[in-house]
Amino acid sequence: MADLILTPNIDGPDDFYADLLAAHEGLSKEESDALNARLILVLANHIGDRKALAQAITAAKAKD
Amino acid sequence: MNKIFEIPLYAYERSPDQDAPAPVRHPVVVIGAGPIGLAAAIDLAQDDVPVVVLDDNDKVSFGSRAICFAKRPLEILDRLGCGHEMVEKGVKWDVGKVFFDTRKVFEFNLLPEDGHEFPAFINLQQYYFEEYLVNRVRQLQDAGKPIEIRGQNRVEAIGTHDDHVKLEVATPEDSYTLEADWLIACDGAGSPTRRMLGLDFVGRVFEDNFLIADVVMEADFPTERWFWFDPPFNRGQSALLHKQPDGVWRIDLQLGWDIDKEEEKKPENVIPRLKAMLGEDVEFELEWVSIYTFQCRRMEKFRHGRVIFAGDAAHQVSPFGARGANSGVQDTDNLVWKLKLVIEGKAPETLLESYDTERIHGADENILNSTRSTDFITPKSEMSRILRDAVLDLAEEHDFARPLVNSGRLSVPCTYDGSPLNTADALEDGPARTRPGAPCPDAPLVDGFLLPKLAGKFTLLTIDADAPDHFEESGIEVTRLALSVKDDKSLALKQRYLGVAPSAVYLIRPDQHVAARRESWNENIFRTAVRRATGQE
Repeated sequence: MADLILTPNIDGPDDFYADLLAAHEGLSKEESDALNARLILVLANHIGDRKALAQAITAAKAKD
Repeated sequence: MNKIFEIPLYAYERSPDQDAPAPVRHPVVVIGAGPIGLAAAIDLAQDDVPVVVLDDNDKVSFGSRAICFAKRPLEILDRLGCGHEMVEKGVKWDVGKVFFDTRKVFEFNLLPEDGHEFPAFINLQQYYFEEYLVNRVRQLQDAGKPIEIRGQNRVEAIGTHDDHVKLEVATPEDSYTLEADWLIACDGAGSPTRRMLGLDFVGRVFEDNFLIADVVMEADFPTERWFWFDPPFNRGQSALLHKQPDGVWRIDLQLGWDIDKEEEKKPENVIPRLKAMLGEDVEFELEWVSIYTFQCRRMEKFRHGRVIFAGDAAHQVSPFGARGANSGVQDTDNLVWKLKLVIEGKAPETLLESYDTERIHGADENILNSTRSTDFITPKSEMSRILRDAVLDLAEEHDFARPLVNSGRLSVPCTYDGSPLNTADALEDGPARTRPGAPCPDAPLVDGFLLPKLAGKFTLLTIDADAPDHFEESGIEVTRLALSVKDDKSLALKQRYLGVAPSAVYLIRPDQHVAARRESWNENIFRTAVRRATGQE
C-alpha cells in the first residue's frame, strides 16, 4: 500500500494541463462532465491502491 | 385453473387441539408456510422435534416471486431432503448480458468452479420451491415424523411469557388457543407477528417499485440473464429478463417510487411496455403481474425471548442479488441446530444469542450489497448518474470498468467472522475460504461429495491427520470423517482445505460452517472448541 503522491510528479506540467483543457475544447457542460467522470475512473484504476485512492478523495475534498 | 399456485395444498382440517379442554403446548410452532417456515419445520422434524406450522392461507406462493436460488441454499435443501428436485426442475444459467440504452455493453460468464455437487444458481418459481418443500413435509409425515401444516390458521394474538408463548388462532370454524415453548416467526416482510409484538423494523430505508411480470412465450431468447440500464422501453430505470421453467419468462421493470400502482398493473398499461421490450411481433401470454415494493431494513434483534424471527420477517432487502429467500434459508440453517440443542438440554439458552450475532452479520452484509446495487441502478443525484453512465460507457471498451458495473451482486453465503462460536484460526497459511466461521465449500470425494457427509451433526474432518473416530464433549457427539489427499484427484480438497499445510483437522458445525481448525489433533483444544461452538465456554 503506497501513500498518495502529493508532491510535484508530472513531467511537463504545462503540457499536461494544456492536454486536459484541449480534451474539453468544444464540449458542452454535459459532455465535459461525462469526460471528467470517465477520466476519474480511468485514473483510479491505474492507481488501484485503495489507500492511495482514499487519500486522493480526502485531498480533493474542499476545505471548510 | 391448473396452476399449482391456485390449488390448496394444505387445506384447512380441524385439529384435535381445537377441541382440547385446555390449550395444547407444542415444543415449536412456526408461523408462515413460505420457503423459510417450511425449511425450519422440516429441519426440526427430520430430527424428531415436533413442529406445527400455521399459515393464514392454504396455497403456495401466488406467482413466481423469488426465482433465483443460489448454491448455498440448494446445499441446505439437500440436507433437508429436497435439493435435487429443485435442481432437476430449475433452469441453470451461466451467461449474463448487460445493456445500456440500446447497446450491449458486455457479457459475462459465471464460470462456476468445478467440484461442487450443486450449480451456482438455478431459476425456479417460488411456487415450485414451496411445492417441493410441502412434498417433503408429506414424505416426513408418511415416515411418522412429527410435523404438520395447518392451513387457514391465522394467528390473531400473541402472549409472551418467560418459558412459552400463547397464541390465539382463528380458523374458518372457530378460534382456539395454542401454546409453544418456542415460536419461529417466518411470516414475511409485513410480519403480523412483528406488528403484534410492537417490534421495530428499521435501518437504512430505500423505497422503489417494480413491475414484475411472468410471461409465457415461445421465444428464441437464450437462457441468459439480460439486464438493461436506462433502456428506451423503460427510460431512466432498469429492466431484467430471466428464464424460468415451463417457458415462463420473468420480466422486472423498475418503476421508481412515485407511481400509481393500480394504473401500472392494468394489462392495457403492462402489455405496451412488454411489447416495446420484446418486439411488436412476439406472441406472449401474461401469467402473473405484480407490483413489488421493498425497503432495505432489519429488526434490531431477531430473537425476542421465546419468539425468533427469520427470513423477510427479520430483514428485507432489494431484489438485486437474490438475497431474500436465499438468506432466509440460511437463517433457519443457522437457527435450527442451535434450537435443537437447547430443546434437548445439551446447550444453554444463551447459544441462541449467537443466532442474532451471526445472522444480523449476514443481514447487514446483504443490506449493504443490495443497497449498493440499488444506488448504482438508480442513481440518486446528477453526479451519481454521470459516474454510473461513465462506468457503463467505459465497460463497453475496457475490461477494467466491468467489475464496477453493479446490476446486483448475487447471493453468496456469509462467513461468520468474529462469531463467539469460533475458535481462533490455528491452521497456519490455511485457505481463507475455510477459516473459522466460513461455510464449508463442497469437494468431490471418491464416493460422492463432501457436504452430504457433514450434514446435521458435529463432524471432525481430518485430512491426513490422526484423531479419534468419535468423542463426546458436554453432551455433544462428534464423529470423525477421515480423508486423504491421496484420493483427491481433482486437488479440490487440498486447495480448499489445506493450502500449503501438510494436514488439517477441522471441527465443523451441523450447519456446515467451520468452528475450528489446526494442523493436527489436540484433545484439549478440540474439546474446548466444541464447548465454545455450543455456547458452553
